[in-house]
Amino acid sequence: MKILVCVSNVPDTTTKVKFVDEFKKLDVNGIQWIINPWDELALTRALELKDDASNGVQTVTVAHVGLVSSDPTIRKALAIGADDAIRVNIEAGDAYTIAAQLAEAVRNENFDVILCGIESSDHNGSTVGGMLAEFLGYPSVTGVSSVKIEGGLAVITREIDGGKEILSVLSPFVAVVQKGIAKEPRIAAMRGIMTARTKLIKVIEPQVIESLTEVISFEMPMTRAACKYVGADDAGQLIALLQNEAKVF
Amino acid sequence: MSVLVFLENWDGKFKKLSFELVSYASKVAEMLGDHTVALSIGKVDASELEKLSTFGAEKVISIENETIKAFDEQTYSSIIAEVAHKSGAKVLILSNNNSGKALAPRLSVRLKAGVASGVSKLPASANPFVVYKKVYSGKAFANVEIKTDIKILTLAQNSFELTESPKAFVLEKMDIQPDSNLMKTQVKEVQKQSGKILITDADIVVSGGRGMKSPDNWGPLVELADLLGAATACSRPVSDEGWRSHDEHTGQTGKIIAPNLYFAIGISGATQHLAGISSSKIIVAINTDKDAPIFEAAQYGIVGDALKVLPKLVEAVKEMKSK
Repeated sequence: MKILVCVSNVPDTTTKVKFVDEFKKLDVNGIQWIINPWDELALTRALELKDDASNGVQTVTVAHVGLVSSDPTIRKALAIGADDAIRVNIEAGDAYTIAAQLAEAVRNENFDVILCGIESSDHNGSTVGGMLAEFLGYPSVTGVSSVKIEGGLAVITREIDGGKEILSVLSPFVAVVQKGIAKEPRIAAMRGIMTARTKLIKVIEPQVIESLTEVISFEMPMTRAACKYVGADDAGQLIALLQNEAKVF
Repeated sequence: MSVLVFLENWDGKFKKLSFELVSYASKVAEMLGDHTVALSIGKVDASELEKLSTFGAEKVISIENETIKAFDEQTYSSIIAEVAHKSGAKVLILSNNNSGKALAPRLSVRLKAGVASGVSKLPASANPFVVYKKVYSGKAFANVEIKTDIKILTLAQNSFELTESPKAFVLEKMDIQPDSNLMKTQVKEVQKQSGKILITDADIVVSGGRGMKSPDNWGPLVELADLLGAATACSRPVSDEGWRSHDEHTGQTGKIIAPNLYFAIGISGATQHLAGISSSKIIVAINTDKDAPIFEAAQYGIVGDALKVLPKLVEAVKEMKSK
């Protein structure tokens, strides 16, 4: 069994975002880049599945769409434990082009299980995994909090509004994973960091694919009015403000 | 031409989010001069379907095929794509919950339609078609142009007000046979959470953090929530410690919510927590540390010990309710 994990390269979660070019572009000055948190959990789960020999996982590969500047993030995934990587050599465009590039890059690689994080912390689109599944003609399961292999068949837990469903799915498939898929992201050990240097990043030249959407401009959120404080003994006053001023009751 | 809105149901019923979707779709249709068509898949009573017309659906298409009971993402997206073709959909609207997140991307590829996810406002303009959406987990917003003929939008829950705009109830029962080759998933078990208000549905959410100090201190917080008809939630350290269930974790990697009122009790307000709650209309913070970042996001604050303030809040709410 071969597992693919799609990874996105995003600004560190604590980054204070700023924009340049009249709010058309992210100011990348001083940004620390990391593996998208959900993708990191997906990778962790893939490696956990490989650790248990009874699951029969031979390899865990990571795939990424981006330029050579993403290589440190890919190396981090290799250091954590992925066996090899595929990078489609083009600056990431909209979700549609990313998914289309990924689909072309992996179509003939016969992955049995493809894991994608449910969203990236930059554009919050939640679309690449489902699009990839549709491009490949694979089934998808979205909102996955658990993936297990039982007798060669994938058993998946899907979170739905107000509960969860346990389902089985035929391979190959795409699982779009969320919180719960792995407890904590796995951290690279020194040995992993050393061996990552020699692991293969296969660079694939991109297809010509037009984007369907385009960011025209960014905006900063409206600043909220300053916090209004009431004393620690004046709970009644707080409730009165919520009732009469904020009108939430 | 139409604006097509997809509605899932919960045991044959719709909920507030369904009516938000129809309200939104109907306003988009008004902007474009198109008709609002609502699509329901699964067994739903006519009386329930009729409610959709109250919020502006000019036509309700209902597909109640016995063979499509389970939510198979490939099957559902093929059916919705077919209805989109039949009804000449120019804009397709879904919820930004897990079902919408499952279907919107597949439909995007099928219909070659650009998607904007998690929109919270009407499009800024129809031509070019520009929508406003959250990016960088709420730290910024983007104006996104969708360049394709057909557009797909997923609407953030609790972001659009219900607006009644009654139309005559026109029901069309459609029979579409799904391609059985597509069904590669099989649901074996469904576990429903019962008797609790869902955090994502709730108008008021009462949430506790590490400042609650111990899992044994949650009594007054739950009491406050019960009095207000609110859902209970928690910060990540609390769910990681196992003080509260993981289902309650609100924040970037947990549930992302937009209630009318959010109580952050003993929560310092790390970036990751704010990413999950910053769309709340009113945030109330209670924390011992006056410099905690939660106070920058909050409209109302009490600097004080959560465990001492909570019983007073409970009393104050009881008093308000008795009046």
